[in-house]
Order: sequence, then structure tokens, then C-alpha cells
Amino acid sequence: MRTSLGRAISRARISSRVSASRLSINASRAVLASQPFTEIGNNAGSRTPAISYRAYSKQAKLTKDTYHTERGDYGQLTSEDIAYFKSILPENGVVQDKTDLEIYNQDWMRKYRGSSELVLKPKTTEQVSQILKYCNEKKLAVVPQGGNTGLVGGSVPVFDEVVISLANMNQIQSFDPVTGILVADAGVILENADNFLREQGFIFPLDLGAKGSCHIGGNVATNAGGLRLLRYGSLHGSVLGLQAVLADGTIYNGLSKLRKDNTGYDLKQLFIGSEGTLGIITAVSILCAPKPLAVNAAFLGLDSFEQVQKTFGRAKGELSEILSAFECMDANSQNIVAKYTDLARPLEGSHPFYVLIETSGSNKDHDDAKLEKFLEGLLEDEVIADGVVAQDETQLKNLWQWRELIPEKLGHGGVYKYDVSIPLADMFKLVDDVQARLEEAGVVGDSEEFPAIASVGYGHIGDGNLHLNVPLRRYDEKVEKLLEPFVYEWVSKVNGSISAEHGLGFAKKNYIQYSKDAGSIELIRDLKKLYDPKAILNPYKYV
Amino acid sequence: MSSKLRILVPVKRVIDSAIRPRVNKAQTGVETQGVKFSINPFCDIALEEAIRIREGSKSLVEKIHAVSAGSIKSQETLRTALAKGADESTLIDVGDKDLEPLSVAKLLAKVVEAQDSNLVILGKQAIDNDSNQTGQLLAGLLNWPQATNASKVEVEESSGSVTVTREVDGGSETVKAKLPLVITTDLRLNEPRYASLPNIMKAKKKPLKVVKPDDLGVDVSSRLEILKVTEPPVRQAGIIVGSTDELIERLKSAGAV
Repeated sequence: MRTSLGRAISRARISSRVSASRLSINASRAVLASQPFTEIGNNAGSRTPAISYRAYSKQAKLTKDTYHTERGDYGQLTSEDIAYFKSILPENGVVQDKTDLEIYNQDWMRKYRGSSELVLKPKTTEQVSQILKYCNEKKLAVVPQGGNTGLVGGSVPVFDEVVISLANMNQIQSFDPVTGILVADAGVILENADNFLREQGFIFPLDLGAKGSCHIGGNVATNAGGLRLLRYGSLHGSVLGLQAVLADGTIYNGLSKLRKDNTGYDLKQLFIGSEGTLGIITAVSILCAPKPLAVNAAFLGLDSFEQVQKTFGRAKGELSEILSAFECMDANSQNIVAKYTDLARPLEGSHPFYVLIETSGSNKDHDDAKLEKFLEGLLEDEVIADGVVAQDETQLKNLWQWRELIPEKLGHGGVYKYDVSIPLADMFKLVDDVQARLEEAGVVGDSEEFPAIASVGYGHIGDGNLHLNVPLRRYDEKVEKLLEPFVYEWVSKVNGSISAEHGLGFAKKNYIQYSKDAGSIELIRDLKKLYDPKAILNPYKYV
Repeated sequence: MSSKLRILVPVKRVIDSAIRPRVNKAQTGVETQGVKFSINPFCDIALEEAIRIREGSKSLVEKIHAVSAGSIKSQETLRTALAKGADESTLIDVGDKDLEPLSVAKLLAKVVEAQDSNLVILGKQAIDNDSNQTGQLLAGLLNWPQATNASKVEVEESSGSVTVTREVDGGSETVKAKLPLVITTDLRLNEPRYASLPNIMKAKKKPLKVVKPDDLGVDVSSRLEILKVTEPPVRQAGIIVGSTDELIERLKSAGAV
């Protein structure tokens, strides 16, 4: 049997499309570089951010200069310190070469840049412990770093913090094919973990665009959300345990494989989403889901956001356990993707809203029947105006492109990005209000004279998470002043969150008060003082 | 001959092109359990071309008939074809039997006769067996002209002739023939559309006739026997050498230089 030729050809067609879109991603980043205000979303499935940093000659301005930050009262690195680190780490575990340091000092969006002179790459938890114990004694500031794919500047130094990269802690420790519990080092790349699991008939319960670069330890430390949170839940639920090293070198051994354990405070939860400010996660134990045997996707056109909500309500009821993603995109987002790709648009007519529904189940016939009945019902009741269903894997992937390509395609001239959680009913009201505000000020429109192109909304509707974007033709301070703090205040008024899944990092630490009251912020600071009294862990960030 | 087109589009249900096939344990074929099946990509392109010919000139096409030879599950593939734009369809139910190209061509010749087709557009090959024979055999059996590996198809309404640009090594070749004609499709011909929901619903009411090879009087018994199916050998991992001297030494010891 010769199966190669036809498949090779069909793949060639697909990959030529993929590489074409990669090229435009690079192009868009080049534009972004000059913009300290830009940000690219983390949701593109086909993309790995860390393609090649060195391909870009352009560097970001130093974060401390852009944001006028003062260095904290930390020790300065001496040759004695370096000698100590060399004595405990293998030869390739100490990086000092200026060129080699670049990729650790700058985030992948080239928005933030620090000036660290030392990267340490431990191989064991004990080594992490020794490093931190030493740094704590000498009051040397450190920044833990995983795949460096974050969107808020949380994983790069601001000044000369010592970078502790988990990249060499990349072993899968154990997997139980009965319970689906995986125990792995923090530095395992998400996609590697997922590929390993797929061989065993399981999947990692998290999927996001940066999966080819990001580390599972970093995912846990930032409580990454991603595309299928709707189905597999937050990491606060799927992580069963973790091991972390505290600022003074103490090892917290919480690598539990138990689903139920009501003995004492659930300490691991503190580290999930702590962004490296309480300790460095060195290993995680996580409950993985069985690999779905049947996956379907439908792409729908709708006339109003009310109908999007109705569709979501019915999807939860009628598709229930097989619903794995429910993504909504407005007309502006799709028009911009269409402008910068050669993909055929899934629907003929134009609609104010589009919804991408994915189902994942174990029985194709069952899923097909369920999805078909659901969609027919929506069409008959005129909840949806039009729709298509993927007939093969290639179409399924292409439908996802219409969601996943949005972040890059919006970035052609720079973009303001907000990642907010707001009550479902208000979700697109924010997009409309921002559009109205920009229109009133005369800064948004279709022609070259306007600095802003449009107010664009898309996101994980199923999770109440909206990505509000304002793509730009050129940077204009007026636009920024109209957006901030307006957006944060708006979100605050509806009791939303100003950072749904991207975290606080450096970018949003000054805005936490829009989502948390003074009492909560005080409690967060108390915890920080307790676990890291000298504040050596990831300073200048979080709160 | 009437100048209206009665297009026959044969379609095959195959393991989805995006999925990596695996050899089954018995080494008699590829594993089909729990694997996603879809319409063969080249068949999808053939179907798309038929629909585009009709969209180009409504009066030109009398009907588009889709046909598939396979198990009863091939009904799914035919429903997809109907949802995308075929008017009617026939399933030749051969059970789980894996047909050889000559048998398929014989079956198709009978359907051409029954449907009074004057244009057959089919994929140049199916990506499961990669035979690339069915279209040519069918043209031979029907004694029709054939234009294989098409990358462009133009129908001239007045004269009933069809101009086809073919993909050939190092370039393209343009051929012209009068109907009736067999065309096999190559990858660049078009990009197939999505099946819209309203059309998926309408497709349920479109005709899908099921026949057996015996009904068509065709003997589909195999002439070939598959002895063994194996995976290609796994590529050996490379090694990193420390110096050019070591490289040369290694190459010498491996007998490469």
C-alpha cells in the first residue's frame, strides 16, 4: 500500500498556506516592535511565538527606561556569586554570554527588555533550592522563566535580576494510564507533554497558541486559560499537586496525586497564578483528560449578540457534555482576518457576529447526530442566520484559523489589547462603547486619516472572557488617553476582571485595584511578605 | 447529442488526509477502527469543479450525480456531496471489500450508462491506495477521450467542447476535446467549499439510491492479493560530531567515503 503521495501533496498545500501566514506574522511583529503598547494574544493554535528571536535585529527599549522604574535595594552580582553558581550547576547551566542572554532578557513581543547578566539553568529541584537559598542570603533578585511566551512582561527581568530558566528541567516523571495523572518537571514544553499523552490516549487539559514553546510550569504559574477551558476547566481544578521552591530555598513538596485531600490549607492553589512571586514551581501533577475520538466544528453567522447568547445557552443544554469550545468573533475581527489571508471565507454573507462551536466526544455518530439536531433547531428557530459544518480535518483546521489568526492579523499596525472578564450580557457593550467613544473623538474610521481602525471584539464567550482590541494605523497618544483608564473603569463598574487570563506581570500591576478591593490587595501583599520577606522573587511585578 | 451536461462525480470515502495512517496489527492493511474518514480530497475537488461549472452557467448543466462504491458508511460521503451541491446520488454497496481500480471503472461505466452521463469528473487518485488508474480505465472502457490531472477546465457552451489545462512535469499542457469526456482532477484546480447548514438539511431530502454490484452485472472479485503491509523503516537518529576529523573518521568507518 502506498499512501504517501496523495497525502504528501495535500500536506504540501496545507503547509504552504501555513508558512504564508507565518510570514505575515513576522511582518506584523516587525511593525509591533516600535510600539511599546502592543500585545499579541496567546490564542493562536497554529503558532509558536518563539520562532527565532535572533531573526529580529530590532530591540525593545529597556523596560526601566520606558516605564521610569527605580531599581530596588538588591545586591549586585559579584564574581564570587558566579563562582558559587558554577560550583553547583553543570557547565551548560550558567549562561553569561551577551548574545546568549538576549533571548532571556526580552519578551517575545519585544515589548519589555531587562539587562540581566546571568541566566541559571538548574536540572534538579535541589539545585533550584541551593540557588534561591544563596540569592536570598545575598539579597539577589531573581526572575523565574519558562518558555517566555507571556503577554504581560512577567517572565523577563526589569533590571539585572538573575534569570532562573526551567528549560533544563524537562523530564516526564510518571504517567498513570488508568487515572490519567501526569507528573512532570516544570520545564516540559506543553506540546511535548501533549504529544506524549496523545500516544497514551490522553490529552493535556490545556491548549493554547504558544504550546510549542511554553512550559507547563509556566502555564501553572500564570494559570493559563486558553481555548478549551470551557471543557476542561481551569488549572485550579486540574492541577492535583505541585512542587515549588520558596525564596529561602525551602522545598514545598506538594506533588500529590490525590483527587481528594482535605487536610489543611490547599497550598498549591497559592502558587497557581502567582506568576513566580511566591516560589518557583519545579514540578506539577495534573489530571489529564482522555483524548476525544470524534471532533466536530461548526462556524455560524448571527445577527445580534442576543442571538449569540441564546445559541450559547442552547449549546450548553443540547450539546452539553460534548461541547468543547464556544468562541465568538465580531464582524470587524473577521473582516481584518479576511483582508490579510487568502483563506476562503466560510460563510457567503456578512453577519455582525460569528460563532465557532467545537464538539469533542467519543462516538462520531452520536456527536454528529447531536450537533446536527442542535444546528437544525437553531436554523429553524432563526437563532442563527447561516452556518457551515466542517466535513473533514482540513476544513476543521481552516475554520479554527478564523478564530486563531485574529491576534496576529490585528497587529498589522500595532494594537491596544485588553483581556477582560465581564458578565456575558455586557460583553459586546464594551466593544460598542469604546467604538462610540473613539468615534465621538474622531479618531476611528475607515480611511487613512484616522489613527484607529476599529474597536474589535472576540473571545472565549463560554468563559465570559472578551478580548477587546483596538488595531491602529499609527500610534496616537489621543487614542490611548481615550482608552485608559476608560476600559478599566468600565470593567470595574460591572465587577469584571481587567485581566482574565493574561495575568498581571509588569504590564498590569498598576491596575489591579480595578479588579480587587484594597482589603484583598492587602492580603495578597501580606502573603508575599510571609513567603518572600526580602522580595527577591520576580520583583517590580504583580502587585 | 444534447449539449446539456449530465455530470457524474465519483467520490470515495478515505481516511482523512490530515490523519496519519497506521498499519494494523495483522499487517494486512491500515488501521480503520476509531479513525476519522472524509471525502477523498481529489474527489472533493472534482465535485467542486462540477458545481462551479453549473454556477458559471446554469443552463449548461442538467444534473450533477454523485456516485460512490464502498461500504454503507459511504452514504456519509454522498450526503456531503449532496450538501455541497450534487443533485442526486448512487451508492454501490460493496460491503467492506477493498475494490481494485478496474472493478471501480467497470462499475462506473455502468452508472455512466444508467445516468446517461456525458462528462465524468473524478479525482486523479484516492489518497488511500494512490492507484491513479480509475479515470484512465474508465475512459478506456467507455472509449471516451480523457484529460487527466486537470488544473483548469473550461466548457464551451455552443460547441460542446471542453478545454482542459493539465499539470505535467515541468509545466502545463492544454488539451481540447468534444464531449463525452473523462476529466481527472489535480490539486490546483480549485479549493472546495464548506457545506452550509441549509444545504446539509436540504441534502437529506435529495435522492440516494443504493445498488449492489450484482445489480449492475459487474464482477468485482480481486485479481491481486495483498501479502503484507508495513510501515516505512524508522529513520536512524543522527549523531553530533566534535570536529571535522571525527566526521571524516566516522564517514570512513561507515564506508561512506
